[in-house]
Amino acid sequence: MRLRLEARREPSRAMLYVTPALAVAMTVLAGIFIFTAMGYDGLGAIYQIFITPLADPYRWQDLFVKAAPLIIIALGLAVGFRANVWNIGAEGQYIVGALAGTGVALASWGMEGYWILPAMILAGILGGLAWAAIPAFLKTRFKVNEILTSLMLTYVAIQLLYYLMRGPWKDPEGFNFPQTRLFTEWQTLPAAVPGTLIHLGVPVALALAVVAWVVLARTVTGFQVRIVGLAPQAARYAGFSARRTVWLALLTSGGLAGLAGIFEAAGPFQQMTPQFPVNYGFTAIIVAFLGRLHPLGIVLAGMVLAVSYVGGENAQTTIGLPYAATGMFQAMMLFFLLAVDVLVRYRLRLSGPGAARPHQESRPQAPAAARTPAPESASA
Amino acid sequence: MGQEGHPPRLALEGITKRFPGVLANDEVSFAVAPGEIHALLGENGAGKSTLVKIIYGVLHADEGRILWDGRPVEIPNPKAARRLGIGMVFQHFSLFEAMTVLENIALGIDEKVGWRELQERVVRILEAYDLPLDPRREVHTLSVGERQRIEIVRALLQKPRLLIMDEPTSVLTPQEVERLFDTLRQLASEGCSILYISHKLHEIKALCDTATILRGGRVVGTCDPKAESARSMAEMMIGGALRDVSRRRGGEFGQDRLNVVRLSAPGEGPFGVPLKEISLNVRAGEIVGIAGVAGNGQNELLAALAGEMEGAEHGAIFLNGKACIAANVGERRREGMCSVPEERYGHGAVPGISLSDNAVLTARYRMGLTGQGFIRYAAAEDFARNVIETFGVRTTGPKATAGSLSGGNLQKFIMGREILQKPDILVVSQPTWGVDAGAAAAIHQALLDLAAAGSAILLISQDLDELLALCDRIAVINGGRLSQMMEVEGISIERVGLLMGGMHGENESPPGGGARERRNAA
Repeated sequence: MRLRLEARREPSRAMLYVTPALAVAMTVLAGIFIFTAMGYDGLGAIYQIFITPLADPYRWQDLFVKAAPLIIIALGLAVGFRANVWNIGAEGQYIVGALAGTGVALASWGMEGYWILPAMILAGILGGLAWAAIPAFLKTRFKVNEILTSLMLTYVAIQLLYYLMRGPWKDPEGFNFPQTRLFTEWQTLPAAVPGTLIHLGVPVALALAVVAWVVLARTVTGFQVRIVGLAPQAARYAGFSARRTVWLALLTSGGLAGLAGIFEAAGPFQQMTPQFPVNYGFTAIIVAFLGRLHPLGIVLAGMVLAVSYVGGENAQTTIGLPYAATGMFQAMMLFFLLAVDVLVRYRLRLSGPGAARPHQESRPQAPAAARTPAPESASA
Repeated sequence: MGQEGHPPRLALEGITKRFPGVLANDEVSFAVAPGEIHALLGENGAGKSTLVKIIYGVLHADEGRILWDGRPVEIPNPKAARRLGIGMVFQHFSLFEAMTVLENIALGIDEKVGWRELQERVVRILEAYDLPLDPRREVHTLSVGERQRIEIVRALLQKPRLLIMDEPTSVLTPQEVERLFDTLRQLASEGCSILYISHKLHEIKALCDTATILRGGRVVGTCDPKAESARSMAEMMIGGALRDVSRRRGGEFGQDRLNVVRLSAPGEGPFGVPLKEISLNVRAGEIVGIAGVAGNGQNELLAALAGEMEGAEHGAIFLNGKACIAANVGERRREGMCSVPEERYGHGAVPGISLSDNAVLTARYRMGLTGQGFIRYAAAEDFARNVIETFGVRTTGPKATAGSLSGGNLQKFIMGREILQKPDILVVSQPTWGVDAGAAAAIHQALLDLAAAGSAILLISQDLDELLALCDRIAVINGGRLSQMMEVEGISIERVGLLMGGMHGENESPPGGGARERRNAA
């Protein structure tokens, strides 16, 4: 008996929904195996990471707080990924957005007024936009690969953060710690649910998911993004400009990442510190894919990844798992998702030894492929 | 030609091949005698390619066996096929543009041969078969006919006893076809069997000794093509009566609907062909044809007229007298111009989305399928259903994905989508490429009806028969330049053929601007 993959005639819709759950399950299994092999209590680690955050109602608010930035960033990334625009630098846009908002906060320090917080949020969005505009410009003007530029700009953003924290924006009364002043009450996000950590960013994330859903599913813009991603030539034929789609995708994802950044700074942090970046911008890539680039899927996936953040912190304190464990779980999730995705287009078949002449089926078709030019290579 | 006593060179017995959901070959049996030129005739999707791939070892039959000189053989891969003595010339060439003829040949052969010896053998073959080809030339300077000769030489170097030719004339000029036929006849007279795959009936009548006709994966008949009429073979091929398409000529035409003046545009991609000062006009009710071998600027012409080049064109384009060189795709469509590109999958339609969504793709401008930035899905579905019903598209409905349709049905949908928008000007490229005869006749009739209703049609096609049957005037495109317009009434096929081959007459042909290999796959 052998396992073999057989192409499906149409991609399976059921598998589209089953595979993300399957990926999470495989991550759990692999996690148990790996941590046991490393000498930790494997089952206990899984329990701490995936069950404790859900079992303890007190931690639920933590989940929402962690999920909000992931969802907001992933929504923007999904727009780009649908159009085959690969913004990998959401982390950088998130940082610069937060810095821009912080700039407004420091400039308005000591002032009072309801205008301050909206101004900070606007600055946050614009900061993310501006940071994403650099790869967009380079891509549309000089055809520079946006994966590289957006990624590298993340490291520029981190250095910018370090410079500002240690230099011009250092709290003058902060005993020389590299961090800004604490934001005033006019500069921090109000709680959405009184008495909890759940800040305004949480309901905003959910509202944005609904908006993104409507835009992607019902509007010409959403249609454009989808067509440009699926068939660039058909998009041109339909009158959709590839250049404008690149700008749209990068500015949307950059703006949303910037928004998530200032929400995080004005919410949980209430100041800016060098510890501000915690890879939300990278984790959001996993959220976008785990959620199938669909806004509602992204909300669910955002919660799942939030569990891994909260649970990872748990496991560090309770059974001494290293900090890197969280990242490893997140990476495994994406890895397994990409691996099981093959089931959407292929089905697994068991073939018995006598069912067909095996030597014929196992023969690769490479010699023929080498002689007959493939349409992709011929038209490239 | 049936040699009694000799076993056939190649015999297929009950070959069956299944793909998921399709029976590509169903109990196919036939035999090719030594020295016979045997036609394999059938529409697109009849199973010809699958069968040939099985013979050449690219695919493997689920059932049945292959006999070579009377002995059953296994052909696990193309190398084994070549060792048996089976050569194949593919429809799409695999050549490196930047290398010489000889270098390309050296790359394509299995055995290790010294450079000098290879050159001698190549020259000997070129002389023996009177093939004009310079082994030192670089491929990108060659015409399509010359490129095909490289593939033929490659095959002949293996001293084949069966040569498979897959749709060899689809990219050749009439003169090049004649030359190819002479070569094939000479080969056959030396005892090499030839399996000739085509759907062009007059060629099969002119060349072949026997024809095996495939339909829906089965053999539906074997005949002597010289004794049959083209019509009777066509009817066997499509399994029904052929519909006649005829053009009333000499009608009165209206005003210029499309007017192009000295249009130039850059080539698309590294081996694209730039357009050079193209001028033409199409009047209301008229069908104007653009003939030419593939890759001579046809794709660029369509893109430049449809506005897909995003402002890279120079010159002037007038739609209904209104200058629109600077207009984008949407503005040109609103002005009354619709277009159908050559490639259906991924250009004319997106395979992964529904027919209804594919309707939104281009019909949204003229049919009100969007409003306030939102897509009107109900209207799109109604329009798609209208296209499906009016043009007899065989599908489960507007929600079916475009990729689930056969090539012919998808083409009918795309044509229908553009025609139902009632365009003033329709630019169409290769509307019946790879489409079955029934769908082709329906598409031709739809074009004639559209012209009769007063639209202007520019028809870009490599199929001369199609152009002669439908068009009022024809020009030939070669190396990005357009020849003078000729009235179809009393046209000289020989002259058209020469123009297709690059003889411009009054215009000097640019060096290296010859015909290029067809780059987009069917």
